[in-house]
Amino acid sequence: MSGFALAQYAIFLGIITALVRPVGRYLAKVFTGQPTLLDPILRPAEKLLYAMIRANPEREMHWKEYASCFVVFAGVGTMFLYAILRFQRWLPWFYPQWMTTQVTPDLAMNTAISFATTTTWQAYGGETTLSYASQMAGLVVENFLGGAAGLAVAVAFVRGLARDRTTTLGNFWVDLVRGLLWILLPLSLGLSVLLIGQGVPMNFQPYASAQTLEGPRQTIAQGPVAALESIKNLGTNGGGFFGANGAHPYENPTPLSNLLEMLAIAVLPAAFTYTYGMMVGRTRQGWLLYGVMIVLFVAGLLACGWAEQRGNPRLTTLVDRRPSAQQAGGNMEGKEVRFGISSSVLTAVTTSNDATGSYNSQPDSYTPLGGMVLLVNLLLGEITFGGLGTGLYSMVMIALIAVFLGGLLVGRTPEYLGKKVRAPETKMLMLYALAAPIGILLLSALAVVSQAGLAGLTVNGGPHGLTEILFAHASANANNGQSFGGLNANSAYYNLTLAITMMIGRFGLAIPALALAGSLGEQQPAPPSVGTIPTDSLAFALLLIGTALILTALNYFPALTLGPLLEQLGIAR
Amino acid sequence: MKKNLVTAILMTIVSTILLGILYPLAVTAIAQIFFRNQANGQLVVANGKIVGSRIIGQAFSSPGYFHSRPSNAGNGYDATNSNGSQLGPTNQKLIDRVKGDTAAAQAENPGTPVPIDLVTASASGLDPDITPAAAAFQAPRVAKARGISQEQLRQLVANHTQSRQWGFLGEPRVNVLELNLDLDRQFPLTKPAKTE
Repeated sequence: MSGFALAQYAIFLGIITALVRPVGRYLAKVFTGQPTLLDPILRPAEKLLYAMIRANPEREMHWKEYASCFVVFAGVGTMFLYAILRFQRWLPWFYPQWMTTQVTPDLAMNTAISFATTTTWQAYGGETTLSYASQMAGLVVENFLGGAAGLAVAVAFVRGLARDRTTTLGNFWVDLVRGLLWILLPLSLGLSVLLIGQGVPMNFQPYASAQTLEGPRQTIAQGPVAALESIKNLGTNGGGFFGANGAHPYENPTPLSNLLEMLAIAVLPAAFTYTYGMMVGRTRQGWLLYGVMIVLFVAGLLACGWAEQRGNPRLTTLVDRRPSAQQAGGNMEGKEVRFGISSSVLTAVTTSNDATGSYNSQPDSYTPLGGMVLLVNLLLGEITFGGLGTGLYSMVMIALIAVFLGGLLVGRTPEYLGKKVRAPETKMLMLYALAAPIGILLLSALAVVSQAGLAGLTVNGGPHGLTEILFAHASANANNGQSFGGLNANSAYYNLTLAITMMIGRFGLAIPALALAGSLGEQQPAPPSVGTIPTDSLAFALLLIGTALILTALNYFPALTLGPLLEQLGIAR
Repeated sequence: MKKNLVTAILMTIVSTILLGILYPLAVTAIAQIFFRNQANGQLVVANGKIVGSRIIGQAFSSPGYFHSRPSNAGNGYDATNSNGSQLGPTNQKLIDRVKGDTAAAQAENPGTPVPIDLVTASASGLDPDITPAAAAFQAPRVAKARGISQEQLRQLVANHTQSRQWGFLGEPRVNVLELNLDLDRQFPLTKPAKTE
């Protein structure tokens, strides 16, 4: 791996690490109602908003009410977005000559559920399907709301761990509004402006018509891209304005825009580990989780980078894929020259870990091992930084499972932060641990044995085709949204089954998490005893990493052997 | 429960106005005032008409121009249909396509290995750049077609080679449209170019 690649990775992780404490503290202040710099402008806006939506900010909610608010809000958002997409013909900026893909009811429903759950899986390409009004009033809005909702659930979850003998976890509307006004909106405004400076367009003009140098005409799709681009990353959504997402020069024009977008994805989830530590009064816990995330992240980065730089051995030997000062070399199929291998891999690993479905290179064209790293990141459960909010509570759920396993090993009742993990809590952990395999394995198996499922394999077959199907279900379940683009998922079958998988992933995680938090919040914490496993030690970090890997391996190793591993074995000639 | 449903609906409506209308308008205002060219897609105008965008690739096939990478956006460089090839690494179509393209490229430069970006499709199908290696590979053909020395051409290519951003981000790259525009300006073809 070149020195430049390592420098880029190191600087990326260095910036994130440096931002964890300051950003984490800010987030903690916002959600515990402490004073911040933006208060003079935002407090009045906040009060006005509560009045307009008829919410009482003083009232705290039981976990059941919090969870039902979360579900109902997602449902309402879905219906709204569905309506906008189906009626986009009657909204402004609809140019029929370029809208060549029909927004059928099943595509609209799949897209609506997809964006409301922050999956932003797109069975369509933006520039041929959606008008500017749909992208702004529809997609941008759900990008904000879905991201903020996930963050709110995470805050409620942390309160359950932090509080004792309580029956309430906060107010969903307050957490939602604060997340939007204090965090997502200002950051999106700032990032949008920076991206425009790098060349991301922001206009409402019709597609430009150019006469290329050699004669043929080229119609160039335009749009209010920057406004979507910023929140797409900050909310860990990932759905692109154009079909090629972050590979499109208008969404991601320069290596710097790429770095900014990746930082935007990772910074809030990473910093939330510190917020968690602050809110439970033990910052060491937060740093431990962050450390585990870094280890898993770097392992994936190095493995994927190595595989992609090595390139594809099946290509003719007359091709020059050696890295040099003149070219990046490696596997350049489905990659952009400005990003080469290093920036492409950094983005692929960041987005597959952070439940963000964006990309600046095509995962379907990755080497078998390179693509497998991305798939494994999805299957781990989006715990490495992870999605906005969802990453933290996923990681803590795995930590609780680790504590449970540890308790079995030493014969003690498992404890975490002084709270006991008893039968009710373990039931919730089981529900969470079972949701993903059901969503991913059962539905992938169904796709593979049905005509409708196999009909999606229009480009690649064999083990690579199986990987495409696995990846789609893993991505939907992880609420990631990334895809192996060779799978044609715009069919009634996939629009339905993937929408179901997305909902299993979103609500099969959030509801057990809130139930768990509610149950832990009611407990009276016990002081640590001789048999307590310390959860802020290196040994626990190793136990945590081991638990995550074992859960993933036990569930998915057989599937991986039939897909990417089989393809890798067959690739060397 | 009904109260929360009402709040959910009201919140969605208010958010649609605030985040779906006001926020994009605010960003557009800032963009159009401070970053006009970038906000409008960096369209390049030559001889009074739009010839393309600086950051969106276009197809070139005549010997007197530098060629762009293979593209799977529509029928090639269709900027209303961005896409990559989606071909997996063991897909026979990919292996055959690369073999064919490499053989054709080698015809103009026998014995030299072909830089990989010249025979691989980009992720968006609209990649505006090629690597310096790909530019150097094509230089002999372009120099011959234009009747200029390789040294003159090398200088021109160097002028259009962008190094890594901030010294370490991304890769060095050559913008094909800007290079070809400059070629036409400085070393115009004296007779019409034969398109292969």
